[in-house]
Amino acid sequence: MPIAALLFVVVVLAVKAWPAIRVNGFGFLTSSAWLPGNTYGGVQHVHGVTIPAGARYGAWPLIAGTLQTSAIAILIALPISIGTAFALTERLPRWIARPVGFFVEILAGIPSVIIGLWGVLVLGPYLAHDVYPIVANHVPNVPVLRYFSGSVGYGEGLLTSGLVLGLMIVPIIASTTRDLFLQVPPLPKEGAEALGMTDAEVARRVTIPWVRSGIIGATVLGLGRALGETIAVAMVSGSVLGVVSPNVYGTMTTIAATIVSQLDSAATDGTGFAVATLAEAGLLLALISIVVNLLARRIVSRSSRMSAPVGRA
Amino acid sequence: MAIDVAAYPRTRWRRGKSLVFRAFTMGSLIFVVGPAVWLIGSVVARAVPTWRWNVLTTMSQGTGGGLANAIVGTGVIMLGVLVMAGTVGILTGVYLSEFAVRRSGRAGGGVMRVAIDVLAGFPSIVLGYVGYIALCVGLGWGFSLLPALMIVSMMVVPYIAKATESALRQVPTNYREGAEALGMSGGYALRRVVVKSALPGIVTGLLIALSIAGGETAPLLYTAGVTNNLPTWTLLHHPISYLTYYIWTDWNQPTAAAHVVSYDASVILIVMVLALLVFARLVVTRTQRHTEGAR
Repeated sequence: MPIAALLFVVVVLAVKAWPAIRVNGFGFLTSSAWLPGNTYGGVQHVHGVTIPAGARYGAWPLIAGTLQTSAIAILIALPISIGTAFALTERLPRWIARPVGFFVEILAGIPSVIIGLWGVLVLGPYLAHDVYPIVANHVPNVPVLRYFSGSVGYGEGLLTSGLVLGLMIVPIIASTTRDLFLQVPPLPKEGAEALGMTDAEVARRVTIPWVRSGIIGATVLGLGRALGETIAVAMVSGSVLGVVSPNVYGTMTTIAATIVSQLDSAATDGTGFAVATLAEAGLLLALISIVVNLLARRIVSRSSRMSAPVGRA
Repeated sequence: MAIDVAAYPRTRWRRGKSLVFRAFTMGSLIFVVGPAVWLIGSVVARAVPTWRWNVLTTMSQGTGGGLANAIVGTGVIMLGVLVMAGTVGILTGVYLSEFAVRRSGRAGGGVMRVAIDVLAGFPSIVLGYVGYIALCVGLGWGFSLLPALMIVSMMVVPYIAKATESALRQVPTNYREGAEALGMSGGYALRRVVVKSALPGIVTGLLIALSIAGGETAPLLYTAGVTNNLPTWTLLHHPISYLTYYIWTDWNQPTAAAHVVSYDASVILIVMVLALLVFARLVVTRTQRHTEGAR
């Protein structure tokens, strides 16, 4: 059944997207236009496909937005997750680590629409009012950090989306990493400590290398979730089509958020071309997430075959 | 601890790094738990001042009114997913654990495993799009329960299948051997001995799947539709309301009544989902105690 369901989904997407793929061509990946054209009258024919006059679509801002938000989410979530896993396994006493660990797991179950609601009503305005201006006024004008200066907007945008996504994938990575840390046998850690290593050195030289590929696998799974997350991003990104954000605060959108916010209006396109274009965008997103998932599979399965990796640090 | 720091110049540096590391671990924990508490607290704080109990019993009216139809709708969707995804997921898990085993003893069922992993990470809105195009429009079913159930089931089947598989793998080999020694047929032993002792793990998977089904928005928006009425006992052509729709739609409506609906729906949903997850946890801890005692 799952195989049939997957085939069904991919075939429907491909069939639906085919006219859009022919018309939009490779330019779909690089151009920035998102023009539905004249949906009230004139039509034109391109490659045997009927489309509204003047319709032109490019997904580059969506692709860029998807990759940017996911990258921010991973950059934030990975260190915090590893830190949390260490706090839960090594630092806190068991009676407090268990409920706190359960709380972190539960965080993964909070519906994304509620996280989005909090992001847009509480977190976004707070950051835009109290945090972003301080950062924007103090960053030096050097590469990379330059993107943190400029207008901070109203809290809906790239950095807020990345932060919200980060918060959503931390539970996934943190709880997996915690379980992995618990599987590290105590003897090598105790041995390292007996040799005079500090906590940080044991963590860096023994514990993390022991389960490194498991952590990478969990991170890639989190990345898959971040790439495909729809509702929360649609609420906090500002959902602005056609532009790549000039700094980290600007409004933008992702592939998934575009599909959910545009499908209604796309259905008004009498030629069906707008809906086909969304299918192409969906196919693109599906391909990205399939690749990411298979990558995670390979890494995780490789890790399960590996023996004790001590000394590879 | 009583090391003469001056005699070992690197010790101070290493001790400093260790302190930074400790601070970092506790800091990250605060960075995870803090926003989570803030999130739940702020949603509850917005809902409580305007909370009225009749939200549970009255129907929604446009962007105002109550949420009774949405609560029942979410319940119906959960129930439907339990039946549909539960059947497919458990059977898939049983297949993976019991039948898809290579002669070498290693796990088989490669294509099925890949399909499940891919499906688990599939973007939910793309599934929703396919449901809308192929089922609601293509087959002419309209916004209704069946396409919503099919799409949400696709999302949660991987979770149920994986939970079932790992629960079945944890059944001690003794149980299977004992069943075989008593002359049970393979199918009978599977039903009466293996699946039975794996039941807590399977139930946990089902509960987590239910919490996902209740909290989903993207795949339902274009498959389930919305209505001001209670769900009818029809699978097709009648839209069905659900809680997440009202959160997603009403928070940026211009009226205060709509905002109230949005906050109320959020709190009700959080309570439902957390109750399911806590219940799932209780099942796990209770059975762990049971297996330890049995040893």
